[in-house]
Amino acid sequence: MRSLFDFLLRIHFLVLFILMEVLSIILLVNNNNFQQAALVNFSRQISGRYYTRAANLKQYFSLAEQNRKLAEENTQLLNALELKYKTDRTITQIINDTIYNKQYTYILAQIINNSVNNRHNYLTLNKGYLQGIKPEMAVISQDGVIGIVKGVSKNYSTVLSMLNLDYKISAKIKKNQYFGSLSWDGDDYRTVILNEIPLHADILVGDSIVTSGYSSIYPEGIMIGTILDFEEKGGSFYEIRVSLSADFKKLYHVYIVGNIMREERLSLEEKLEE
Amino acid sequence: MIKVIPRYIINFVVLVLVQVLILNNIQLGGFINPYVYILFILILPFETPKWLLLVLGFLLGFAIDSFTNTLGMHSSACVFMAFLRPFVLKMISPRDGYESETLPMVKFYGLGWFLRYAVILVFTHHLFLFYAEVFRFSDFFLTFFRVILSSIFSLLIIFISQYFYRSSTRRK
Repeated sequence: MRSLFDFLLRIHFLVLFILMEVLSIILLVNNNNFQQAALVNFSRQISGRYYTRAANLKQYFSLAEQNRKLAEENTQLLNALELKYKTDRTITQIINDTIYNKQYTYILAQIINNSVNNRHNYLTLNKGYLQGIKPEMAVISQDGVIGIVKGVSKNYSTVLSMLNLDYKISAKIKKNQYFGSLSWDGDDYRTVILNEIPLHADILVGDSIVTSGYSSIYPEGIMIGTILDFEEKGGSFYEIRVSLSADFKKLYHVYIVGNIMREERLSLEEKLEE
Repeated sequence: MIKVIPRYIINFVVLVLVQVLILNNIQLGGFINPYVYILFILILPFETPKWLLLVLGFLLGFAIDSFTNTLGMHSSACVFMAFLRPFVLKMISPRDGYESETLPMVKFYGLGWFLRYAVILVFTHHLFLFYAEVFRFSDFFLTFFRVILSSIFSLLIIFISQYFYRSSTRRK
């Protein structure tokens, strides 16, 4: 204890100097804004650099955890989105077709699932039977024919896309009314094949192909596409490649077309077959 | 020893007032700020206890700081200078040491000795003070330039004051 005292006494000058200098610098830093800011900045720079390094290293160990969290947050956000709610945006309008005295209803729907890469492509729409969707209704977009409603649930419906090997509709050449059957060959999502057009029909590349209206599903004259090229096949028919006017890769809104007089027409046609 | 105390108190007050009221208003070319108040520490008696040196240095700096609103800046520089004073005195002591009843002034030890003594301490004080004021090492040489110029100017005034001192004491 004594030696400690002696030691302190011997270095009292240095200790006192350090104490007073520290006191002065504390005063300096605490009372002068510039010096304070400079010191804080300096220490933040140092600590910031090391925190960044530590964080960079640490984040590798928590990548899985981070991914899980992000995925969870994504789902949460998606659930919170407005789209989740069934805001009743159904736009229903009645078009009086004065020429044939037919009535079609149009319902606006959004595509919530779509594919073009498979051989049997389907779409999913955000409207179901609560909104008046029934199987076998036509689905069109502003640009052209899209498909046929296949399955319907309470709030959703599935659509047999035109890009489906099972899909077949009746189509005609707009300018001369020759009709044939239109289907997809499973190859390119931008082209479909129109068959059964007789060789004596006068066709040119670029002619418009529209729905024929012979089926009970589509109204007449809905745009399908234009003739890309054609070749003779099987002696008496053309095989026409049709470039689709609707781009199936950027579909968003579609209209579901209901034919009010369909039941009447079908029951009448059934009697013929009996 | 006791009888010098009133004189140093007057010294203290006068130097602080001169510094605050006159010299702080002098700024030559934006570079030169003479700080003459440290003369008080320079001319303290040789026998002053070391701890008292530090305390006086702190008080002196604190007095200046309270006037210039830069709390801690002059205090730290003065404490640093007071800390160095004993070492400098030992370093440049004459061969037979310092005589009692003398003060570290020109009239006792001559111009050459006082020059060395003052230059070292004034320069360290200014160095500390200016860097504490700038508080960063960018513009290092600009600050250093200011230190040198201001030191020269402060020393000039300190030397002039020494001759005033001499004549006034002689008259007594």
